[in-house]
Amino acid sequence: MNTALKVLKADDFASDQDIRWCPGCGDYSILAQMKKVLPEIGIPPEQTVFISGIGCSSRFPYYVNTYGVHSIHGRAPAVATGLKLARPELSVWVITGDGDALSIGGNHFIHLLRRNVDLNIVLFNNRIYGLTKGQYSPTSVEGQITKSTPMGVVDHPLNPISIAIGAEATFIARSVDSNIKHLATVLKRAAEHRGTSFVEVYQNCNVFNDGAFSYAQDKATRDDATVELEHGKPMIFGKDKDKGIRLKGFSLEVVDLADGKVKEEDLLFHDEQADPALVYLLSRMRHPQFPEPIGVFRNVEHGTFEEAVRGQIEQAVEQRGRGDLQKLLSSGDTWTVKV
Amino acid sequence: MSTQAPSAIEKPVEHVSGITVRLVGDSGDGMQLLGQQLTNTSALLGNDVATFPDFPAEIRAPRGTRAGVSGFQVQFASHEVHTPGDTLDALVAMNPAALVTNLADLNKGGLLIVNDDSFEDKDLKLAKLATSPLEDPSMENYRLIKVSMTRLTKEAVSEFGLSTKEADRCKNFFAMGLVYWLYGRNMDATLRFIHGKFSAGKSTIAAANEKALRAGWAYGETIEALGHSYSVQPAKLTAGTYRNIMGNQALAWGLLAAAQRSGKELFYGSYPITPASDILHELARYKNFGVCTFQAEDEIAAVCAAIGASYGGQMGVTTSSGPGIALKAEAMGLALMLELPLLVIDVQRGGPSTGLPTKTEQADLLQVMFGRNGESPLPVLAARSPGDCFEIVQEAWMLATQLMLPVIVLSDGYIANGAEPWKIPDVSKLAPIPVSHPQENNNPDGPFKPYLRNELLARPWAIPGTPELMHRVGGIEKEDGTGNISYDPENHQKMVHIRAQKVANAAKLLPPQSVEGPASGDLLVLSWGGTYGACLTAVQQAQSAGMSVAHAHLRYLNPFPSNLGEILAGYKKVLIPELNMGQLRMLVRSRYLVDAIGFNKIKGKPFTVTELVEKISEHAK
Repeated sequence: MNTALKVLKADDFASDQDIRWCPGCGDYSILAQMKKVLPEIGIPPEQTVFISGIGCSSRFPYYVNTYGVHSIHGRAPAVATGLKLARPELSVWVITGDGDALSIGGNHFIHLLRRNVDLNIVLFNNRIYGLTKGQYSPTSVEGQITKSTPMGVVDHPLNPISIAIGAEATFIARSVDSNIKHLATVLKRAAEHRGTSFVEVYQNCNVFNDGAFSYAQDKATRDDATVELEHGKPMIFGKDKDKGIRLKGFSLEVVDLADGKVKEEDLLFHDEQADPALVYLLSRMRHPQFPEPIGVFRNVEHGTFEEAVRGQIEQAVEQRGRGDLQKLLSSGDTWTVKV
Repeated sequence: MSTQAPSAIEKPVEHVSGITVRLVGDSGDGMQLLGQQLTNTSALLGNDVATFPDFPAEIRAPRGTRAGVSGFQVQFASHEVHTPGDTLDALVAMNPAALVTNLADLNKGGLLIVNDDSFEDKDLKLAKLATSPLEDPSMENYRLIKVSMTRLTKEAVSEFGLSTKEADRCKNFFAMGLVYWLYGRNMDATLRFIHGKFSAGKSTIAAANEKALRAGWAYGETIEALGHSYSVQPAKLTAGTYRNIMGNQALAWGLLAAAQRSGKELFYGSYPITPASDILHELARYKNFGVCTFQAEDEIAAVCAAIGASYGGQMGVTTSSGPGIALKAEAMGLALMLELPLLVIDVQRGGPSTGLPTKTEQADLLQVMFGRNGESPLPVLAARSPGDCFEIVQEAWMLATQLMLPVIVLSDGYIANGAEPWKIPDVSKLAPIPVSHPQENNNPDGPFKPYLRNELLARPWAIPGTPELMHRVGGIEKEDGTGNISYDPENHQKMVHIRAQKVANAAKLLPPQSVEGPASGDLLVLSWGGTYGACLTAVQQAQSAGMSVAHAHLRYLNPFPSNLGEILAGYKKVLIPELNMGQLRMLVRSRYLVDAIGFNKIKGKPFTVTELVEKISEHAK
């Protein structure tokens, strides 16, 4: 380790590789924000590892000058879990997509979240398979026309945030590729959380599914189509901040604040430590009936997996002493044959 | 053999050089426990022993049915034994289903001990028998001893106030006592086991089991039908301290030894599967060795987590059986591309698909050789016996770290659950396995080159956390040296050759093939894996009978030992016995253009020595 602490800049995290994403891809924006945030987190490049699966997003590790593994389709969470168990001190990021994390790697995704391994998982959701050139994904919407669904998608889509709540993830957030300030804040908060931090990023694939999230990206519509979650604050949205979200029985409703009939204190106040049932309700808010929440849905503390696993090893050593191989081999019934 | 006058006990003792006995009953009858105790006790008495546990995949198959029969065969002898024995000197059968499914293996004149209480009409019905086999005229071929085990056990333990069910459960210890008396086995080790197993809160059960064991012994001493007992003297093993060891246990301990020798912490990623799960159970007990056992969500996560740990600088290991290895295939290819050390251990079972989970087979050889996409060779080693598992995983880890690649070790159900006496090695004499991680950038002109190679073509094992060595590895084809993504045709061909040459370089680190017997002659028996004991014994018998035959047992299946071609050329014929359809034979034929003859058995059972000797005599004079 260097003795003098170096002040890190975004450039320190840039690799020497040419970036091979399509021009105009939302991935560029996510990469830029990541490189901006990494120095702010203050962990040096050699202590940082990016692990990905397969897909456009999964080329990410090649473009950051940290340690990195470009693994196989859907399995990045498993590789990352092994690495984190071996080396808990490392800062580990899993970069994945909607097909990688939710289709072929769905099993690992759920188990990563429920174990609460201390790492960050960023899911680039573009509602399409990009690298295989345009088949529908598990987050494609019903009726979506793609190469593999010329008459429209008939599957009901998966909701990544709902799944994360089902798996009892301790940190769940959403952001949008083009909303760079917000994205940077969310990535930073994800890095600060101890336990698995799950961030869904709405990412535009301008080649195979252009405009899938235009409602959340375009300046003209995004204020009405999204609501920013802020801990302890009422859920207010709209260009003129004139609409709010209110709890009505077991569901949510959009209310108008303009006429003064509904007051701010009647609205739902966002609580990152709220009961998961409430967080689930937020995850079900879908455009155009509702503005879609962006920001941190949930942020709770819970012991991490590697802490518990390493803890048992330490406990075993403490209770029984460091293992003695010769003693083990000679344990139990033995007999001696003389020359 | 001689019959001696009675010594401490009233009845005479017959000295024999070896005994093969099989204990059979319901899968809930405790036959495996009985067999393990008899094995352990015989080993402690200094006999050489070999075992063959044989049980159904179902935990509790329907009681009394043929499908639920569980058996344990053990041969103990005053001479070296390498197999559990072909045919039986004695059969202990706890019910009619067990009797009829095993009787064919009992020698004429052999001892047949049955629990007479379980031959009622209902028991016969469960075994799908119209009449009692005990009334069959064929019983004249055997020395039938009918013992009212259920009743006698119940009476013996009556003082403990156990429930009918609990009392009934003690009857395997009664049977054990009787067998112990019959073969002059000392009860001490089993008594220690009983009181260790049923300790806190279950001392009544322990006392009842002890009583049942002693009652069985006393019964043997008393009944007139058993005129004498047997004695088997200690075998002449080389000097040293021994223990009894099972294959999966030896394998787990070998992994601990490999970790210690290389100064690494063991990371073990696994998903439960028969017959490999006992390795997970065993290692999970040794957290104080710094072992991290990770029971993953599936086979793929198990191997991927091990890859992650290896990337982090630990000793990554995953184990499974055939179906799980199939699932791991893609990840094994990834590890090969990342060029990281990894152990992948396949405890083979009967296939294909779910196949025969609790039975043995050698039919995964071609899967581990070729069951990956692309040109993806990996070293393959095969254990030959339970004790050998200890050595082989250490050797495999040496290769994996020296060559920076995944290494496959094959075991099988027969080895995994089998047991043999094992000379305890002196740990201080195990040489270190040298492993190093670079600290300095190897490229004065730019970023660290993760794929710069040494003379064995191994790349440096640079681990995260090391300043200045940041690099990316991945499954996409990469440029040699830099590791950058490359689709260049020349580079791809070069990389494919390098990866193949790395595997070939393993031969430089391994000893040459040895042969038991003459260097030339009529026939070479070429075997691999768990058939070692049977093939060795068969060849020795054939040699004693004057046949021109030698034996070579392969430990290294990929790459083959460098002198194998020369060896094969020394014989008129090569016979390859395998518990598959001829997988090694296919490899040997294609590699050496030798017209090898196959002897193939796919019954979920090991070879018998007799059938091998017969086959050998067809081809050697």
